[in-house]
Amino acid sequence: MSLAAQPIFAVTVGDSIELGAAVSITGKYSTNGKHTQNGYDLAVKIINDKGGVKLGGKSYKIKIKYYDDESTPARGAQLAERLIKQDGIKFILGPYSSGLTKAMVSVTEKYKVPMVEANGASVGLFNKGYRYLFAILSTTEQYLQTAVALAAKVNGKNTVKVAGVFENDPFSQDIRNGVFADAKRLGMHVVIDDKLPPDLSDMSATLTKVKALKPNLLVVSGHAKGAALAVRQVADMKVNVPMLAMTHCDSAEIIVKFAKAAEYILCASQWDRSLSYRDALFGSAEDFAQLFEKTYGYAPPYQAAESAAAVLVYKNAFERAGKLDTEMVRNAIAATDMQTFYGKVRFDKTGKNIAKPMILYQVQDGQFKVVAPPQWASATLRWPTPVWDKR
Amino acid sequence: MSIPVLSNLNLLFDQPILLVDLVANGFMIGAIFALAAFGMALVWGVMNIINIAQGEFVMLGGFVTLFLMEAGMPAVISVPLAVAVLFIVGGGFYYLVIDRVVDRDMFSSVLATFGISILLSQLSNQFFGADVRTVDPGLGTWLLADGMVSLPWVKLIAFILTLVIGVGLWLFLKSSRLGQAIRATAQNPRAARVLGINTRRVYALTYSLNAALCGAAGGLVVMAWAIHPYMGLPYTVRSFMVVIVAGLGNLPGVVLAGLGLGAAENLAGFILGAEFQIAFVFCLMILVLVWRNMMLKRKRKYLK
Repeated sequence: MSLAAQPIFAVTVGDSIELGAAVSITGKYSTNGKHTQNGYDLAVKIINDKGGVKLGGKSYKIKIKYYDDESTPARGAQLAERLIKQDGIKFILGPYSSGLTKAMVSVTEKYKVPMVEANGASVGLFNKGYRYLFAILSTTEQYLQTAVALAAKVNGKNTVKVAGVFENDPFSQDIRNGVFADAKRLGMHVVIDDKLPPDLSDMSATLTKVKALKPNLLVVSGHAKGAALAVRQVADMKVNVPMLAMTHCDSAEIIVKFAKAAEYILCASQWDRSLSYRDALFGSAEDFAQLFEKTYGYAPPYQAAESAAAVLVYKNAFERAGKLDTEMVRNAIAATDMQTFYGKVRFDKTGKNIAKPMILYQVQDGQFKVVAPPQWASATLRWPTPVWDKR
Repeated sequence: MSIPVLSNLNLLFDQPILLVDLVANGFMIGAIFALAAFGMALVWGVMNIINIAQGEFVMLGGFVTLFLMEAGMPAVISVPLAVAVLFIVGGGFYYLVIDRVVDRDMFSSVLATFGISILLSQLSNQFFGADVRTVDPGLGTWLLADGMVSLPWVKLIAFILTLVIGVGLWLFLKSSRLGQAIRATAQNPRAARVLGINTRRVYALTYSLNAALCGAAGGLVVMAWAIHPYMGLPYTVRSFMVVIVAGLGNLPGVVLAGLGLGAAENLAGFILGAEFQIAFVFCLMILVLVWRNMMLKRKRKYLK
């Protein structure tokens, strides 16, 4: 604790500013951990190539010190401690997933070190009064609210029956709360509210219930496994629902894996390359996507885009703070109001970005098309989903 | 809590056809678990080893099937090939690891197989990636009663395969020379060795057979559901549960226990809600064990 009380001065090694991050290189989040790291690295490269961070007439390069958190929260917390105490790093970039962010934030708060994170969306991170935590992505309760609003719109005056299937973990339950709160507000009728145990491999019991109760909207959230299982079993059991919305479509790669069975499905996403956002470093969202593809050989998922944007927020804040003092940088981050290729970034008091909406994709002819909210839509919603015999 | 249960029951009374759908799908879920449980029963009964790596063998079988099918092979070739590959993998692990702990106490073998389990899941993560994978066999679905009962063909095949393998295994153990050698080794390894049976080979074969059965289960899992490197533990636990409920050395019991637990699980998922689906099966297991212990006590026996 004595260390926390000392005045903290940022490390500048030669002419560079060192950020620290623990990301999942191994373990169950290794795929998304890699996207996170690639996003960070690409942003660092672009910033350094285009003149670095300008502080008091001098230009600094950005460097990132990485550790592998092995996808386990306990390790994440240890590594945060190590980054701050042993390596003397004063600015932290977030890990992948809400769980790991939750584990690391207790350490960064203790040492009063700012953490800008791009992959922890759980609402639970933003009601604890954390002062040094900033998230540039939309929080969980917003993920599928657009889908609920859309269901209300297309069904007109008829009472909408909603069925919800959510994995029994904090992230999916946050989404459940957001969906049902909106459903109740819009006068919808919740007919199924199932919580899937994380180690469940079959959801036919729940889908049988869906067949019997015929909801107008089925909402599924359970990470990549839940998405894959839902698409597979809805098709296998020929469950007919007019509207099916879910999360993690892209990480489950439902289009590649299920082709026809994935058609008409609605998917929540933080970002898309077709959106008309832009900034001075990367250019437009599409420019970022092309650069990313050229560098890493695959199209950037939103996890990579938001990670890159987190580094941009740091650069912007450093330059406005004018000094590498953690408290001053923290205040500069809190006052952020900037446009990036990933969307607008402006934090509320709790540290979450409130300037960027979630978007909703629909799988149309083997492609993700943005169908909501209206100002970003590039295609019209296909509704209702035809019954299986007619597809 | 009580309201959804009542309305779910009401739904079942209104549309009794749902009961058919639930039980039939439950049987088919149970069949896949029974397939993995055969091997566990065999290894446990013959070698007195509880194989914690059971679920990882299922996972490997799934990945082998996945890669073969993605390379364009049909399911009828991919699954048998996965069985063959897993047979070899099982043999390899026997001579590398199990051979050294098979005569020790159960604690050593549990630790050893736990080690294999961690090794396999981490290696798969390293080489195959952490993504959730699945493959569409394109077999379609059998629809009955106006679509209210839907039976995916993959699962029906799994169901039939489990019954066929169960009968085949039983015949093999009963009448073939090798089967007799396996049973003799299970009863008394020392006496079997005195009588000229190469018990080391019998053990190796048993363990390979176990891995091969898991491989078949894995091939079906990747087509019916999905696989990923960390899926192993639930399959190990389910196999364990099926064997416990069936009782050691009881192959018909494994089929019955597997199917029964599957049906119970699916019904519980419908009536109590998915969150209690697995919890219910574990409660049921405790009840079965208590009941069996009571029945045995009447004859002054006890549960081993």
